[in-house]
Amino acid sequence: MHNPQLNNKGELTHLLSTEGLPAAILTQILDTAASFMEVSSRDVKKVPLLRGKSVFNLFFENSTRTRTTFEIAAKRLSADVINLDITRSSTAKGETLLDTIDNLCAMDANLFVVRHASSGAPYLIAEHLHKIGRDDIHVVNAGDGRHAHPTQGLLDMYTIRHYKKDFTQLRVAIVGDILHSRVARSDIHALTTLGVPEVRAIGPETLLPKYLDKLGVHVYHDMAEGLRDCDVVIMLRLQNERMNGALLPSAGEYFRHYGLTPHMLAMAKPDAIVMHPGPMNRGVEIHSAVADGPQAVILPQVTFGIAVRMAVMSIVAGN
Amino acid sequence: MNIEISNGRVICPKNGVDRDNASVYIAHGRIVGLGEAPKGFVATQKVDASGCVVSPGLIDLGARLNSIEAELAAAVAGGVTSVVVPPDADPPLDEPELADRRVHRGEEIGKARVLPLGALTLGLKGERLAELAGLKKAGCVAFSQASRPVVDTEALLRAMEYAATFGFAVWLQPQDHWLSRSGIAHEGEVASRLGLAGIPVAAETIAVGSIIQLVRDTGCRVHLTRISSAAGMSLIQRAAKEGLPISCDVGIHHLLLTENDIGYFNPHARFVPPLRAQGDRQALSDVAAAGGAAICSDHTPVGADDKLLPFGEAKPGATGLEVLLPLTLKWAEAAGVSLPAALARITSAPAEILGVDGGSLAVGAPADICVFDPQASWQLAPEALRSRGKNSPWMGYMMTGKVMHTLVDGRIVYST
Repeated sequence: MHNPQLNNKGELTHLLSTEGLPAAILTQILDTAASFMEVSSRDVKKVPLLRGKSVFNLFFENSTRTRTTFEIAAKRLSADVINLDITRSSTAKGETLLDTIDNLCAMDANLFVVRHASSGAPYLIAEHLHKIGRDDIHVVNAGDGRHAHPTQGLLDMYTIRHYKKDFTQLRVAIVGDILHSRVARSDIHALTTLGVPEVRAIGPETLLPKYLDKLGVHVYHDMAEGLRDCDVVIMLRLQNERMNGALLPSAGEYFRHYGLTPHMLAMAKPDAIVMHPGPMNRGVEIHSAVADGPQAVILPQVTFGIAVRMAVMSIVAGN
Repeated sequence: MNIEISNGRVICPKNGVDRDNASVYIAHGRIVGLGEAPKGFVATQKVDASGCVVSPGLIDLGARLNSIEAELAAAVAGGVTSVVVPPDADPPLDEPELADRRVHRGEEIGKARVLPLGALTLGLKGERLAELAGLKKAGCVAFSQASRPVVDTEALLRAMEYAATFGFAVWLQPQDHWLSRSGIAHEGEVASRLGLAGIPVAAETIAVGSIIQLVRDTGCRVHLTRISSAAGMSLIQRAAKEGLPISCDVGIHHLLLTENDIGYFNPHARFVPPLRAQGDRQALSDVAAAGGAAICSDHTPVGADDKLLPFGEAKPGATGLEVLLPLTLKWAEAAGVSLPAALARITSAPAEILGVDGGSLAVGAPADICVFDPQASWQLAPEALRSRGKNSPWMGYMMTGKVMHTLVDGRIVYST
């Protein structure tokens, strides 16, 4: 099947998902990000790679954190950044997604950063751009429904490589609401592509998608067993709306079984790192002593995220 | 007018007829001879069917007619001479007057026969019974909820009891409301990978199980529409073997496509019920091949804008009337089913489910006939379709099997 993320030379032209990308492209992004880390430490934190280009942040769903990091990344690449809060503008007046895109194309956009509540929306946009002959415009998925959040997945890979060096010797556990998590899916595909031999998913049956094993993941329902001898622990945010009702009885019961406490973390390797895509629910999925503890690398993840987003935008815009 | 259709391969699955170079003779809207001309027959019009198959007209057990004129033209262009129309129009077909109007409009257009299904409950809300006897009198062939389940099991029980009182058939699409309400794709590997909310197979099996039990208790004749899963189909086949008055059909797309055809969120692969796994498709195909299910188009024309949306927001369904024949031939070839057996699934099997005397080329039967070239191929393109619905997962594909002439009631209503 035609992979809509790659051009006919096999280069990355949109970043829609970590699935289906060769390891070489993932590594290229991580290496490029590493070179941008130095930019962030300069007095003048800018490189001219996207000078004169327009990056449109299209957030059909609210997000402050991701939008801000994309904005910082684009500005450090010297791009012009336009933030559109679409939840409150055109689509609220009945304009369709693709009408919005056509209008923005007419405003000489070069790159769309898209967040949307529906899985697959960035694919629809990328396909539409191809159909109207605008292969010069690139799409970066900033989170679509439950499907993918590839820049988060890549910044997680950057973090893991930074602390652990070699992917091929690792045991990585992803804990929590994997069913509704686009971060988990992006992490799983990136980890398996980069050669991690053992990826584990830990959570109650109600929060795990069916057929996870087909993605190359080992499923655990018992937290202690799942964390045993892991090198990396990726915690997922438990959304408020999942805490009551048929999926889970209460936040308290969830924390007792799947919350990451210092005691639970002791099951993993002593040098295991703890990651979280944020924002954290302290006392729901993670104990403050762990979140603020020496093994947590949650704040460095945010810093790396800017370099990774710079890398992604400069690579797609250059192809 | 007296018509002779000559030189064709005449196939009538119902009567086991499969003859090369035979003629069919038509007078007064009926078939008056097969092979030999009746005494004194003089053809006023001859149709040369050399190289073609002469088959009973197709009976489609499920086609939505949003713009009735265009869709009935599409029907006869696809060789479909009778269309069963679900009641989920706007407004729903829940009053005799609405049914009456629909039937008359169909007669006025004079293409395919319109066989409306009446709403089982008012507004299809699953609460209060519609006037079933009145709807029947107005021309409804059976009663249905279209794809909207009756949530209240007592209401369903009462509806079936009431229908059984009058000997009416009830058509139900088995989908548990609670398990299907928020899903958009088969709860399988693909939905997990793409992050699409899943509809488990249990949504179908639970509904099938309840309905079978109610059939056992009420004796109501039930036709189950658009079966999607191996497990659901197996329950139905067992119930039918038990002697319960249950029949079923499968949408043609579900015989050919699976969850994998969603690819990268292709909105044209969104259906209700959803396309399921390869094992499900295989089981449906096996049952259809063995004669245990009829095949229908589940024709659902939607506007282009309704598909230019992310997968979960796109309207489900595909255009079907004009591709029912070529896709059934495609299925038959892949499944190793003979041409007469394949045609039975879309002619005599639906006729039997409906209890009508169409779907046959027997002398005395209504002259509803489809003449098609089984070798001719054509490309599916929007402009090749008469239907307003250009939505198809097969757009751009080559179709084999081309309708040359369609007759309804002894009148030629379509010729290429």
